[in-house]
Amino acid sequence: MRARVFVTLKPSVFDPQGTTVTEALHSLGYNAVKDVRQGKYFELEIDAASPEEARRIVGEAAGKLLANPVIESYRIEIEERVAV
Amino acid sequence: MKFAVVVFPGSNCDHDAYHVAKDVLGADAAFVWHKDTTLAGADVVVLPGGFAHGDYLRTGAIARFSPVMQEVKKFAAAGGPVIGICNGFQVLTEAGLLPGAMLRNRSLQYQCEHVYVKVEQTDTPFTLACRPGQVLRIPIAHGEGNYYAEPDAIERLEKNRQVIFRYTDAAGVATENANPNGSLNNIAGLCNEARNVVGLMPHPERACELGLGSADGLILFESVVKAVSEGAFASVRK
Repeated sequence: MRARVFVTLKPSVFDPQGTTVTEALHSLGYNAVKDVRQGKYFELEIDAASPEEARRIVGEAAGKLLANPVIESYRIEIEERVAV
Repeated sequence: MKFAVVVFPGSNCDHDAYHVAKDVLGADAAFVWHKDTTLAGADVVVLPGGFAHGDYLRTGAIARFSPVMQEVKKFAAAGGPVIGICNGFQVLTEAGLLPGAMLRNRSLQYQCEHVYVKVEQTDTPFTLACRPGQVLRIPIAHGEGNYYAEPDAIERLEKNRQVIFRYTDAAGVATENANPNGSLNNIAGLCNEARNVVGLMPHPERACELGLGSADGLILFESVVKAVSEGAFASVRK
């Protein structure tokens, strides 16, 4: 099974990189872009019996290591591999 | 009197800290590899600056799980004096030994310069020889030193007098201009509630000899020598 984990800074946390990217996009003329928040993306291959188990394992891993709960939050997607 | 200097893969200020302990202070010192499971019977533990584990994922995020950190946690829980300098400070926050976290510098630049920091509290093992309000001129060198914690956590830190060092101007005033990285409340260093674990972004170990431009950092090391020699932490020795 494959899991995708999206880690982003909490809304209350200032993101200097995102702000700089926003400014760069504005200088390119993309004034429709109002804000950019930069984050991290992980793909994990999981050996689990069920999507629920995979979600539990990945949730633990994200809370312990992939994200720092002081400044970041995370979102998990589980993709079940369909047998061909 | 013995200093343990923890060496992670990627530490690069370990020799500076060792040199200060051994050659400048004349104390005993030992390097402790991150996979070691003892602290070499040391009285003081130094987590040095550098880029532990390449700063992969987040600064300090991988180092936190190094085997030696279990020993550092035990040593700290028993009241032993621990100092984390720069990357060592980042490791301490990731390990939960100090509150908060580091964000990318507000400037997005790696800031490498001498700054002024004011000693806010002198009741820690690393500041007890300082005058209250003493201003030290010591260098910083970091890309991620922008200290962040939730507003209520910041309030708690201030109320408990856990902010130990603050970025100021030469006169000791915490101005916006004197803040090199965007840290909340100009926080440059802090301690835990028990006050024996101290972390700071500036590098006192790089400012212990006049030939290096400043010897203002030496007082942190002299403080802990005094603290240990006065027997405050004798029971911790392993």
